Amino acid sequence: MGVAITGMGIISAIGHSVVESKSSLLASKSGIATLKHIQTKHSGNIKVGEVSLSNADLTTQLQLPEDHNYTRTGLLGLFAAKAALKDANINDVSKYRTGFISATTVGGMDMTELYLKQFATDPEAQKYIQSHHAGDSTQKIADTLHITEFVTTISTACSSAANAIMLAARLIKAGKLDRVVVGGTDALSKFTINGFKTLMIQSDELCAPFDADRKGLNLGEAAAYLVLESDEVIAKEQKTVLAYLSGYGNANDAFHQTASSENGEGAFLAMQKALELAQLNPEHINYINAHGTATPNNDLSESVALQRVFGNNVPAFSSTKSFTGHTLAAAGVVEAVFSIIALQEQTIFPNLNFKTPMPETGLQPVTSMVKKEVQHILSNSFGFGGNCSTLIFSKA
Amino acid sequence: MKNVYLHSAVSISAQNTFAGDGFLEDMKPISGNTVPAQYPNYKDYIAPSASRRMATGVKMGVSAANKALQNAQLEQPDAIITGTGMGCIEDTEKFLNTIIGNDEEFLTPTSFIQSTHNTVGAQIALGLKCKAYNNTYVHAAVSFESALMDAQLLLQQEEAKHILVGGVDELGIEIITHMRHMEDANSNGIQVPFGEGASFFVVSSEAKSNAIQLVDMDLCSTASENTIQLKLNDFLNKNLVQASDIDVLIAGRNGDNFDSYYDSVSTLVENVTELHYKHLIGEFYTASSFSLWTAYEILNRQALPKSLIFKGEAKSNINYILLYNQFKGRDHSFILLKR
Repeated sequence: MGVAITGMGIISAIGHSVVESKSSLLASKSGIATLKHIQTKHSGNIKVGEVSLSNADLTTQLQLPEDHNYTRTGLLGLFAAKAALKDANINDVSKYRTGFISATTVGGMDMTELYLKQFATDPEAQKYIQSHHAGDSTQKIADTLHITEFVTTISTACSSAANAIMLAARLIKAGKLDRVVVGGTDALSKFTINGFKTLMIQSDELCAPFDADRKGLNLGEAAAYLVLESDEVIAKEQKTVLAYLSGYGNANDAFHQTASSENGEGAFLAMQKALELAQLNPEHINYINAHGTATPNNDLSESVALQRVFGNNVPAFSSTKSFTGHTLAAAGVVEAVFSIIALQEQTIFPNLNFKTPMPETGLQPVTSMVKKEVQHILSNSFGFGGNCSTLIFSKA
Repeated sequence: MKNVYLHSAVSISAQNTFAGDGFLEDMKPISGNTVPAQYPNYKDYIAPSASRRMATGVKMGVSAANKALQNAQLEQPDAIITGTGMGCIEDTEKFLNTIIGNDEEFLTPTSFIQSTHNTVGAQIALGLKCKAYNNTYVHAAVSFESALMDAQLLLQQEEAKHILVGGVDELGIEIITHMRHMEDANSNGIQVPFGEGASFFVVSSEAKSNAIQLVDMDLCSTASENTIQLKLNDFLNKNLVQASDIDVLIAGRNGDNFDSYYDSVSTLVENVTELHYKHLIGEFYTASSFSLWTAYEILNRQALPKSLIFKGEAKSNINYILLYNQFKGRDHSFILLKR
């Protein structure tokens, strides 16, 4: 059956909770808009999926002291991780061996890019020197949640959170931990906005995944966490299971540092491994939450990989990045939360902004909300460095 | 559950540890704010066309990885797992400074592309055309240990047979300078230079003759000096090893006031020879990967270099080595090795 998921928490451009995210998804309401919180020359030429709360709002809501040195990555992460624990009805983390695994790509970059030139002299800025490294937000969140044992951070670009979830499941299966809070967090930053700008894969319009005329991605920011628990804990605590993580696969495309191969080899291998582990055949998959960044390269490569795995019977699929933007390290867990909502609601969410199938594959994503029997969902996350990961979620 | 063995160990550090057959014989003292690694002859391990664009950490990582594979006579690993505390900080600073300096204009993608934390793991995979499991851990002083634990898990659960695992960090220029300032402003701060390096290993579930066994390892995020003793006791008990069985303790002392954690652990294993190493290679988030290389060499050669001895005598017949590292009182790790 896989590893049980008993809680989830999320904050993204389409809502500050699971409930808000669900209503946005059901209403086909995208969160992608004009950039508000970051000062950049490019703000007129991009669209982003930004969390509406400012750092000050988050500080107040999290009841943190005003002189804290949380970066935005840390604030978003703490917000979502607290919600996940609450959702799983966990009050005492020390009751079972509990781990915390978080994914991030930018780490403390949002503060580093603001204060780099003040680090030498400004005592106010200096508190952010130690928050630059990628483990900082993870450490702060773990400390606040009183998780003291196994705590680590994964960074494999845009597949980071999927790899974090995979590790959590493996630790539980191996009996090393009873319970893991796992997910990822990435704040928008000038660094990533400019980085994707140089790659010329950022669209100035709302992104249109899998469309023949797609112009590129919209960046987003988000944090989301799941709570995974062992069967023993589930039985002892008589917990309600939201869904099961039934399969996962990790492979490398080994083709190029940033581009995906034409035949989508890494993606193909990741999906195959996940199906094999879940002991499912391709026809058992009822819906695919695709990586679908809306870049010309990814969507073609992923489509080819989908056709290689599923042949002429590619299941209903969509990319919910048309709602949230591409939330980088968090994408894998944001889409895990959406997949679990889809299983609970027996509903598939649309791929917004799609008009024309790409000529190479003719694949057509789901473009409106569909009520459908959904037993197994496959979710893809691919990243720079050829890192490809696939997760499969199954109905509880 | 399968056992875990080390089939090769390779280290690039501030000392002459990569080239030649010696083992920490001609140590040069290190001093100052930062100390760079002794870089190998990269063209022996990386094609010049590829290495031209690589930053220091990527070059060190790929070279150490390739040599670790060669030494283990392994062409394709079943997994590539890396750990890095600061990631590709050279290219990160480069891209950040171009953004600031050019006011977000005329930027080129190269340094952005190479700034992601998984660049080393990705470049190793690309060089080997290795499509296997690939992961990167970035959790401060347990970045390498997280990678090693993932490898242990994959081997024990029989998801892989031979794994390439390593830790790498490069100095960079700017952030490290600020970190040094903060450290020096505190009289109880870190007393060794900040350093850099790369240590890579082939770990396997296959028992070769003379292979060193990684008996077990454990990580924890936070602990007091008392609880760390309890944790060590639990760890040893779980592995059916007595404190008196431990011949050598390799501790990550860096001279700051958190060295008291090492004192705390040291008192539990009283008759051991205690070694230190950060006075030779500097402190950095993946410095502890150097101590695993050291332990591997000691067990293989049955020799204790004088320059490493912190306390106790240069004994012979070394069977069990315990590694313990922490950073500023958090991110503790135990690794237990056996000949």
